[in-house]
Amino acid sequence: MTEASDETARRAEESARRAVVAVWRIESARIVATLTRYTGDFALAEDLAQDALTDALDQWPAQGVPRNGAAWLTSVGKRKAIDAWRRQERFAQRVAAMGLDLEQEQDRAADAVPWDPDEIDDDVLRLVFTACHPVLSQQARVALTLRVVAGLETTEIARAFLVPVATIQQRIVRAKQALADANVPFETPPRAERQQRLGAVLGVIYLIFTEGHAATAGEDWLRPELSREAIRLARQLVALQPEEPEVHGLLALMELTAARFPARVDAHGEPVLLADQDRRRWDRGAIRRGKAALARAESFGRGLGPYALQATIAQAHADASDLASTDWARIVAAYEGLERVAPSPIVTLNRAVAVSMAPEPEGGPAAALAIVDGLAGEKALAMGHLLPSVRGELLARLGRADEARDAFALAAERTQNVRERAVLLARAAAGR
Amino acid sequence: MQYMLIMRDEDAAAVERRDAPFEPMLEAMGRYNDALAEAGVFVTAHGLAKPGEGVVVDFTADPPLITDGPYGETKELFNGFWIIDTDSIGVAAEWAARAPLGPGTKLEIRRVHTEADLHR
Repeated sequence: MTEASDETARRAEESARRAVVAVWRIESARIVATLTRYTGDFALAEDLAQDALTDALDQWPAQGVPRNGAAWLTSVGKRKAIDAWRRQERFAQRVAAMGLDLEQEQDRAADAVPWDPDEIDDDVLRLVFTACHPVLSQQARVALTLRVVAGLETTEIARAFLVPVATIQQRIVRAKQALADANVPFETPPRAERQQRLGAVLGVIYLIFTEGHAATAGEDWLRPELSREAIRLARQLVALQPEEPEVHGLLALMELTAARFPARVDAHGEPVLLADQDRRRWDRGAIRRGKAALARAESFGRGLGPYALQATIAQAHADASDLASTDWARIVAAYEGLERVAPSPIVTLNRAVAVSMAPEPEGGPAAALAIVDGLAGEKALAMGHLLPSVRGELLARLGRADEARDAFALAAERTQNVRERAVLLARAAAGR
Repeated sequence: MQYMLIMRDEDAAAVERRDAPFEPMLEAMGRYNDALAEAGVFVTAHGLAKPGEGVVVDFTADPPLITDGPYGETKELFNGFWIIDTDSIGVAAEWAARAPLGPGTKLEIRRVHTEADLHR
């Protein structure tokens, strides 16, 4: 073979590989959902889909990219299901039980669109609820959601979370086992459990988002690809569950938070605090989308949930040109709302920060310090860097330099994030 | 990443679409946009009114010259766009290939600059 045709073959192979990845990224949820409905077994369906993906990576470069890649992957998955049943000698029972006409199924599968668009939306929603099922650990829910709903490869998930590929593989295997052991049905939750289960789904999406913008490990301050993935998942959920206000609230919160990403890190990769951010760098498009989503959450008139309340706070920042002109009273009110619907010492600590910025006498650093000192006994804050970091700030503003320096030093000692530690140490040194 | 899918029609394709039955096309576009939304990638999309309603402002002249148009001088017309949010241009292209469009029409795919690009 000549060098030129080698090059042509290599290019064709690369382009076919890219096609497989693109189709998978778009279709994985529908393929897994369709196969789950077909086999009645989520864990098996996920395996079959992954096997079909491997076949596509093998075959498309040589045989060309099929006209309807999703149909190809789904019918390969179905064929593999049939092979698996044959091997298990449960074929006859299965076919009888499911009333399948397999011959017809195989004939039809090749170029038909493999799903009815109305049914498939429900199937994808079932998939989301299954991947975020309460029998799974939070980590397992995250890994499974990214793999089956978002269509990320295991290696991509591992890279995003800075853990070995084997760790993610293991989490997915165990998660599927746990779902099988618990006999979790492939369904959207019954009405009585609906709100709680939706809350679990939103929690998983938000966890993926926060992992992207406040890395819990490593040296990167921002890993925006995870945050973008979370925003895509939320948009997907908005399309599937448009009548749920908190879904819009979560999307609003993430859009408004992500709007600040361009200003959160300086040219040297150092974090920039809200007060010092160049607000011209905030993403106006994301702010517009976030405000629209929050307006939709509000339009239901049922009161705001925790995500929508946090979005309200983010919007107050987005609307202001600097800290001084920010509507802090609106932010304090939103935190009070949060303390009612989702009380936690962290929320109270944040309210204290907002109070410190609001005009005196209701606001100001002294009023805020009183709230902060009331949190001294909270176990949830005892080991983290947040409480001393906020105390340091308030003490500095009150002119109590020695106490401020000690608080910043304590905060620096407690943070896990390398870059954040540098900021806190600088504050401690500045007080000297 | 956000990508703009820029719809460019050869004149004949634009005329053909204008004369085609409106309802089925609208329905196909609606289905396509729903699919984009349900995948979480839809950001925005708009079709543009016919060029006869437009004007062109040409900065080659000083002051800029405002004329009706564009007429005749272009081989392809910009008739609409989508902005979608995908993690790669490959995925954007796969979505673009699914748009309900026909011969004589092209979708050019361009990455939208982020704030980070602008402040580099």
